[in-house]
Amino acid sequence: MKTITLLFAVMFSNPLYADEVYEVLLDSMVDKNFVTVERLKQDELQAFCSKPRSEKVDEARAAELREAALEGVPSPPGGNYLGDWQRGEKVAINGKGLQYSDDPNAANGGNCYACHQLDPAEAAYGTLGPSLSGYGARGQSAAMLKYTWTKLWNTHAYNVCSHMPRFGAADILTPQQLQDVMAFLFDPTSPVNRSQP
Amino acid sequence: MASRIRIRAQLKGDYCEVKALMRHPMETGMRKDQTGASIPANFIEDVQVVHGDTVVMQAYWGAAVSANPFLGVRFKGGTQGDVVKVIWRDNQGATGTGETTIR
Amino acid sequence: MNNRFIKIIFAIVIGLWSATLLSQGEGIFDEYRDMLGDDNPAIFVIFDGEEIWYAPAGPKSASLEQCDLGLGPGVVEGAYAQLPRYFADVDRVQDIEARLEHCMIQLQGLAPDEVSAKPYSLRGDLGTQLEALVAWIADQSSGLAIAPGQAHAQEKSAYALGETLFYYRAGTHDFSCATCHEQAGRRIRLQALPNLTTHEGAAAAYSTWPAYRISQGIVRTMGWRMRDCMRQQRMPELTMGSEASVALQTYLAVNGAGASMTAPGLKR
Repeated sequence: MKTITLLFAVMFSNPLYADEVYEVLLDSMVDKNFVTVERLKQDELQAFCSKPRSEKVDEARAAELREAALEGVPSPPGGNYLGDWQRGEKVAINGKGLQYSDDPNAANGGNCYACHQLDPAEAAYGTLGPSLSGYGARGQSAAMLKYTWTKLWNTHAYNVCSHMPRFGAADILTPQQLQDVMAFLFDPTSPVNRSQP
Repeated sequence: MASRIRIRAQLKGDYCEVKALMRHPMETGMRKDQTGASIPANFIEDVQVVHGDTVVMQAYWGAAVSANPFLGVRFKGGTQGDVVKVIWRDNQGATGTGETTIR
Repeated sequence: MNNRFIKIIFAIVIGLWSATLLSQGEGIFDEYRDMLGDDNPAIFVIFDGEEIWYAPAGPKSASLEQCDLGLGPGVVEGAYAQLPRYFADVDRVQDIEARLEHCMIQLQGLAPDEVSAKPYSLRGDLGTQLEALVAWIADQSSGLAIAPGQAHAQEKSAYALGETLFYYRAGTHDFSCATCHEQAGRRIRLQALPNLTTHEGAAAAYSTWPAYRISQGIVRTMGWRMRDCMRQQRMPELTMGSEASVALQTYLAVNGAGASMTAPGLKR
């Protein structure tokens, strides 16, 4: 019994084990509507980040992944970072998109409120991420706009293994939607930047 | 629609406790569907708990009561084997009844 | 008069709701729980489950009375608290759903497709047989300590697999269970999120499923909860009683071991 346990322990520490987990998942899940088991295949970043938050990462590898993420971030359409905050607000509120219960032809939402506080007058916000209320106070310098755009596109460009989705890189939101979310964050007249109640 | 109302009545000391779970959407009339059209109001307006021939409780509900209402009522004077009914009527004229015997 | 009365009730309800929002969104629900006392609409589903257990069904016209849930054929009291566990007759670790599926096939002669085609209710349904059975069986373990099997090698590897799956990031959003359930004191919108990597969080979660879900008006199982989490993580559909589902439940049950079962629970 002890030998078997030891054997399993050795198996688990073997890097090949990730493939075995994938096989188990393939056996345990089925395609549903437009969502297929293809989604279970991990890319390098996902495989690297499949660990407890407290676990130390291989810093060299993390740096490589961070750089690759950064390099993959395109400029916004027409070079404009800011779109329409009213559309952006809708994107932030909308929690649908890419679930097998969703309409594949409808636009995806960003579901920002799931994790973040945004409009201070909106009480139904999550706390998995920091509050973004008053984000516009940071100003609209080129550096700040680029930083925020990059973070939304692919957060791993700055914070490898963050749990925030790669809204641009993973095609969750379109560049237009991201411009609108940027406006929701930055525009002084956006609800995000209204004075606290 | 099967089992629109489920009911249980139990003697506890000197009172009888009735519990009923009603299946009803309790639409307020203020919601809109995906096309933007209003979903018509559809909610229970009155509920009666009847012991034998006596109405032991009469309630007037409105749109503020949530879907699938769970009702609990205690009354005195019941004995084992007596019939207890719960009857509801909604704003659209539909009714529901559930019946049980006191245990 | 009626109209005004309704408006007053509305105002009170909304007032109460707003006032209690900041307390992790659970405040108003705690008041509701106090009013209910020990009542739980699941009581009706429990009665249904008991009836279904004893009712002859399937081509063999047999009830589930000879079903062995781990404590011997027909022993239901205490069985749920000791799942998931290894079953020699199938040489694998099973949860309540996989086990019931096995019994329905073996004892009642039902085809696997019939059993697993629609285990969980869809919107508007009145509840499935599986949900009712699990509600009753779990109620038969109420008050007993969570004690999943961990002596057999397969039981231990189910735990390890569950832990690995817990951290497995995949899909369009790169979510894993850990994304939401690895930290304490967080919430998604207004829904509090238990830290499932700790005993406290896992116990709070595992002891309260299956649960009557008020917003749906039916009892939902732990297997359903796992499936629905996966859906929200943008993953495909998790099969009931599958190796991954069993492994994740094992991870939770072991982390929560020792705490008392209180299922069926009552949830929004």
